[in-house]
Amino acid sequence: MLKYVIRRTLQMIPLLFAISIVIFTIIQAAPGGPEGTLLDRGMFVDPAAIDAYRARLGVDQPVYIQYFKWIGAMLTGDMGISFQTQRPVFMMILERLPDTLRLMGLSFLVAAVIAIPLGVFSAVKQYSAFDFIATGASFVAIAMPVFWFGLMMQYFFSVKLQWLPVAGTVTVGVGGFVDELKHIIMPATVLSLHSIAGWSRYMRSSMLGVLNQDYIRTAHSKGLRKRTVITVHAVKNASIPVVSVMTLDIARLFSGAVITETIFGWPGIGRMFIQAMHARDYPLLMGIMMMGSTMVVVFNLVADVIYGWLDPRISYE
Amino acid sequence: MSELLTKGQEQILASEGISVTLRSNRRITWEKFLQHKLAVVASIFLILLALLCFLAPVIAPFEFDAIDLSNIRKGPTLKHWLGTDALGRDLLTRLLYGGRISITIGLTAALLGSALGTIIGSTAGYFGGRIDNLLMRLTDLAYSIPTLPLIIVISSYANTQAFGIVVIIGFFSWMHTARVVRGAILSVKENEYVTAALALGAKDRIIILRHVLPNISNSIIVGATLGVGNAIITESSLSFLGLGVSPPTPTWGNMLMDSQATMASQPWLTIFPGMAILLTVLCVNFIGDGLQDALDPTL
Repeated sequence: MLKYVIRRTLQMIPLLFAISIVIFTIIQAAPGGPEGTLLDRGMFVDPAAIDAYRARLGVDQPVYIQYFKWIGAMLTGDMGISFQTQRPVFMMILERLPDTLRLMGLSFLVAAVIAIPLGVFSAVKQYSAFDFIATGASFVAIAMPVFWFGLMMQYFFSVKLQWLPVAGTVTVGVGGFVDELKHIIMPATVLSLHSIAGWSRYMRSSMLGVLNQDYIRTAHSKGLRKRTVITVHAVKNASIPVVSVMTLDIARLFSGAVITETIFGWPGIGRMFIQAMHARDYPLLMGIMMMGSTMVVVFNLVADVIYGWLDPRISYE
Repeated sequence: MSELLTKGQEQILASEGISVTLRSNRRITWEKFLQHKLAVVASIFLILLALLCFLAPVIAPFEFDAIDLSNIRKGPTLKHWLGTDALGRDLLTRLLYGGRISITIGLTAALLGSALGTIIGSTAGYFGGRIDNLLMRLTDLAYSIPTLPLIIVISSYANTQAFGIVVIIGFFSWMHTARVVRGAILSVKENEYVTAALALGAKDRIIILRHVLPNISNSIIVGATLGVGNAIITESSLSFLGLGVSPPTPTWGNMLMDSQATMASQPWLTIFPGMAILLTVLCVNFIGDGLQDALDPTL
């Protein structure tokens, strides 16, 4: 087990290097350097000033040297200096991290609490009205653009009913737990929508597979109550692959946060990413992309480890 | 196969001495698909919608860029069924025109992604060894970078006309198909008919195209169908961020772009384009679900 984790961790290193090259290349391929945002405003800027600006940011050097400088610094934990704010990218990400984690954490929790019982009931009552509605709803949820769902929520709950604030994390001058909760309800619902739909369908099919197993029939014939059979024997076994999928999806929530945070003006990393994109703030973009990719790679490993830990039939060879 | 026939039909056929296995695979698939009621309804709806959209120049009540300043920001009326936008342009007309682009982007991007995935997956699975290892590491790599942020960055500087969007989305949606195709090829490759074809001196290319791919086309088709919905949603998300197809060419996504600001006073500008996306993607996914059931020989 420990050997397996060590081997997989070592395999992550070349993968992360390859990812860094791809991300660097794609972002460097953008035409017009950071001075583009100055020129876009249509002002006249002295060419010498632009050269000085480029030299100060280090973008006047050959691309490969820029890469080695960047990756070398990355290895020491220095993610570079933001073009926009002239502050360390690492600090900027760190500042935004709590808000993003709060949103992602709550979304994950909400999704898990709703999706798993939903899937279990759907499977136990297969082809019932409940199953039909739940499956239909998950189809609709998957077909819905996340941002549009967010807009609709804002329209109904903020504009029409005026129950919830449109955007932000807290009302200035009010604050407190209730106020913060009101602010996070909509973004968390929007961010968890696809997870609820995906996980509940996954849980349903996993449950259906388990319910046909011999050991479930044995448990029934031993005279155990239906509830005990389902909760103790079936759900436990059926949730093994689902837990693995949920772990993988943690990293995907990060992608979703880009859209959700933009709609709800949530001051997290996702919104900072969009702002960095508009400002062509390459170091910040690369830093956030690297962070997102690292999350995917790490949670891949975590998912595999959890799977093997929960299901002893899987061997780590 | 017999589950498609009722008990009575089976008995009649048996007494007449007719074998039920005479029906071709394609026919069985078709009959199974017809049993999936939702998929059938979805297909009909989608075909109608696509027809309406592609006939937009003929049937649309207005020009897509016709500005009517006496009728700006009107809600649904008899003249403008779904209302008008800030320039007095008819929303229904723009939805139909937008559908042409959005549906085309969805179809072509999914086609491109599936084609790339099929090529990469079949090459990896068929040749195995080093090539397989290399291509699968490439797939892992592409999987590890969050796709949406990556697409957002590229579209922020690349050419954002419909063609560019198709290439960008297609280029980052091949990984799933590649893995599925590779897996399927690994199992198909073991069949005797592949060995036989090899023994007869068939070239690799012929074996892949003639003997292997037709046997795994099911998974490719299902994957491609689901890819259409994903591509439509990705396009709309990009447009919402102002990175999709640029106005005045309407797409369902860019019609939603500015709607957030005016949602309180003109909600129809947000509701209808979103409904169009939702219904289209829902239908595509139902069709995908129906195809999956119909094409799966184990069911």
